[in-house]
Amino acid sequence: MNGFNRRRAALCLLVLTLGLLCAVTAAGTLLAGQAMVTDFTRKNLPPCVPFLFGTDWMGRDMLSRTLTGLSLSIRIGLLTAAVSAGIALLVGACSALLGGWVDGALSWFVDLVMGIPHILLVILISLAFGKGFAGVVAGVALSHWTSLARVVRGEVLQVRAMPYVQVAEKLGLSRWAILRRHLLPHLLPQFLTGLVLLFPHAILHEASVTFLGFGLPPEQPAIGVILSESMGYLTTGKWWLAVFPGLSLVGVVVLFALLADQLRRLLDPASVHE
Amino acid sequence: MQPVLEVRDLSISFTQYQGGTRRRVLPVIRRLSLTVTAGEVVAVVGSSGSGKSLLAHGILGILPYNSQMEGELIYQGQPLTPQRAARLRGREIALVPQGVTYLDPLMQVGPQLRRGRRDAGARAESRAVLERYGLGRETEERYPFELSGGMARRVLIASAALQAPKLLIADEPTPGLDARAAGRILGHFRELAQEGAGVLLITHDLELALTIAHRVAVFYAGETVEEAFAADFPAGRLRHPYTQALWNALPGNGFTPISGTQPGPGEEGPGCPFAPRCPRRAADCAGDIPLIEAAGGRVRCLHPEGGKTP
Amino acid sequence: MKHRLLFTGKKFFRMALLLLGVSLAAFLLMSASPLDPLQTNVGQAALGTMSQEQIARLEEYWGVNEPPLRRYLGWLGDVIRGDLGVSLLYRQPVTQVIGQRLQNSLWLMAAAWVLSGLLGLTLGVLAGARRGRAVDKLIRGWCLLLSSTPAFWLALVLLMIFAVWLKVLPSGLAVPIGVDAASVTLGDRLYHAVLPALTLSMTGMPGIALHTREKMIDVLESDYVLFARARGESNRSILLRHGLRNVALPAITLQFAVISEIFGGSVLVEQVFSYPGLGQAAVTAGLGGDLPLLLGITVVSAAIVFSGNLIADLLYGVVDPKIRRGAARA
Repeated sequence: MNGFNRRRAALCLLVLTLGLLCAVTAAGTLLAGQAMVTDFTRKNLPPCVPFLFGTDWMGRDMLSRTLTGLSLSIRIGLLTAAVSAGIALLVGACSALLGGWVDGALSWFVDLVMGIPHILLVILISLAFGKGFAGVVAGVALSHWTSLARVVRGEVLQVRAMPYVQVAEKLGLSRWAILRRHLLPHLLPQFLTGLVLLFPHAILHEASVTFLGFGLPPEQPAIGVILSESMGYLTTGKWWLAVFPGLSLVGVVVLFALLADQLRRLLDPASVHE
Repeated sequence: MQPVLEVRDLSISFTQYQGGTRRRVLPVIRRLSLTVTAGEVVAVVGSSGSGKSLLAHGILGILPYNSQMEGELIYQGQPLTPQRAARLRGREIALVPQGVTYLDPLMQVGPQLRRGRRDAGARAESRAVLERYGLGRETEERYPFELSGGMARRVLIASAALQAPKLLIADEPTPGLDARAAGRILGHFRELAQEGAGVLLITHDLELALTIAHRVAVFYAGETVEEAFAADFPAGRLRHPYTQALWNALPGNGFTPISGTQPGPGEEGPGCPFAPRCPRRAADCAGDIPLIEAAGGRVRCLHPEGGKTP
Repeated sequence: MKHRLLFTGKKFFRMALLLLGVSLAAFLLMSASPLDPLQTNVGQAALGTMSQEQIARLEEYWGVNEPPLRRYLGWLGDVIRGDLGVSLLYRQPVTQVIGQRLQNSLWLMAAAWVLSGLLGLTLGVLAGARRGRAVDKLIRGWCLLLSSTPAFWLALVLLMIFAVWLKVLPSGLAVPIGVDAASVTLGDRLYHAVLPALTLSMTGMPGIALHTREKMIDVLESDYVLFARARGESNRSILLRHGLRNVALPAITLQFAVISEIFGGSVLVEQVFSYPGLGQAAVTAGLGGDLPLLLGITVVSAAIVFSGNLIADLLYGVVDPKIRRGAARA
């Protein structure tokens, strides 16, 4: 029974994806200097041996630029997803535990935030924070918490309605004890999965908003910036400027999505059956 | 007479994950044996959560994908393969499930009974069968959520009676009904048996089962421990200590609770699963216990009540 | 009937309240921006050469020194009279700009909406019905890949393949260049909308497909499907009679929930294809600090999203027998 099975595979995949993401982040950080080096003797090179992803019109190595951009994306993704999840936890728990008009007001606010198309909301918040790094981080962090907040609220309400929690309340167990003993263990898996599921969205929206010009400044080698710049060179056939950075971004996002999937598979009690 | 259904040493198990990444096979039904003949009501009695429903699903060939089934199923003298079960279910073999959740919540009763047929004959049939169970024409237009508990049960029986089955499997058909309504529902099963069907009634309620069953198979921790005639119960001719304890636990017979709890799936040790709770347990109960003929019935016990009779 | 009307009325009131909230939130965010519209639109150099009076006039035009509250109340008062203000960049009434742009975008979004719905539902049902098989794995993988792909990059790649290499589709705009508006045919419009619509539908599809798949699996594991199987119904009959019927209700919700996503995607896709739609106008307005236009677009898009939710709720009431019959008897 200890051979290859799905859960074991999930665990392996989890470790593998984590390792890959760490490696990309580390490589990007190390190559940050190289990503800015311009050399006009080697401009516009298609992919070749020393420059696997080619070079751009200023002779910059696209591989280093892509890796630096990815590491930037991953770090922003982690930061924004964490902040977003924190807000979600706070709003969801307050909504469910305080109830009454607080619940009504918060639910209304969640509806409001969900009513504005995501990209538009990120743009608006980014503008309010003056664009740039602060803008895009605030934009993504303050706009992605709504669905997770709803999940948290629903879960807390569900747990509170369960007979064993009701009994615990009647027995005079303190609010804090109930929170710690009954709520947290139930909530944690859901919350963790929700948190990891936020990464891909956060990364994609950061890149999108930067691409539109509301995010990271043009001098940063962010994926959004790279792709936005590549637009001007596509019609002249410099496909590598767009294909490789974009493909790498897709790869990183897929890795995060897989990570979330494996985590859910391991944490979900319903998956005990094969 | 050739039995309609014969079940020999049936086992059904699930594959499950335990403690993170370890996988194990969990037996829910082990060594279950019973026979049903035409015109007879056989009750399978076991406590709730002992996997009795799986017996019904196993016979019909509709077990979930993560389960395995072993043992022999014989229907009308021929092995009941999954292919054969697929051909027969809904024709000769019918199921009466537990309750209203077994009806499509978004489909009216009439079309559900007719299973996609739209001709006048099908309409007449469904109307007639509803009428037989005291349900008016308007029932056809109702959605399941508009049925009361008793009505829903009668619709489910009607759906089985519509097929004029040779084997009817009723899976816990009465929970949530008061004694009178439950009695009426069970009466319908007896009626169908009198018309020639073999009826397999799966229930946790021994008292209720005894009101209509001819024979009773008692189910404990996934095994049949005894097959007895209904008449054996009041006559004190029971063979297995668990059956005796079950009988004594009824309100009319002393209301004596059985101490201890039934082992869950995968918790049974080797030997007799009832041994830890058994007043008659002996050293050899830890070994293999075969199902033996005793006093006209069958029992899985080395030291049956009333001694061994060959 | 009275019950339904009350329900609808309440929903409308809630929607109006939400729109008010959206406009206030959007307005506050925009006026909190430290970015100076004069700097962005006129430029530091040009400002330096201007006289104090000229600058003051410009500041008044861009509404720089007006207290935010008064500005908002003024805007709200105009809105009640049906006036969304004048776009500062286009120098046209906002309603007119949005009207024109929306016409272009509506083509695109409607096509993408229908396509993503049909495709998503079909693939979701198929994957759910064949759970764990190769088809399911293929569809799930494809959806994972698509949902991990930024819409604008997908647009770039498709543009590269179809417009630059194969040269079979135009690289942008809604109509051919150099042709006057009167002689643009429906064919021209469709020809120009194919790529953007296709890209856009790919952004909405994976969500619908994956959710439909989950729901389909729930349905197929339900008691009533088990009973249908026990009654000898074939897999085909179960899928068509019970599966589709029970997937239809959540599909309505999904289909209308995806509107917001498609709108968001249109902002990116229109930017890549230089398609003169609402999304592109939003980007222009945002970059240029055109407060009235961006505010107008935000409110209109939120109104579309909320209307979608409302329609889904009302449709649900018509389709779901529990609500339909329940309300009829109440």
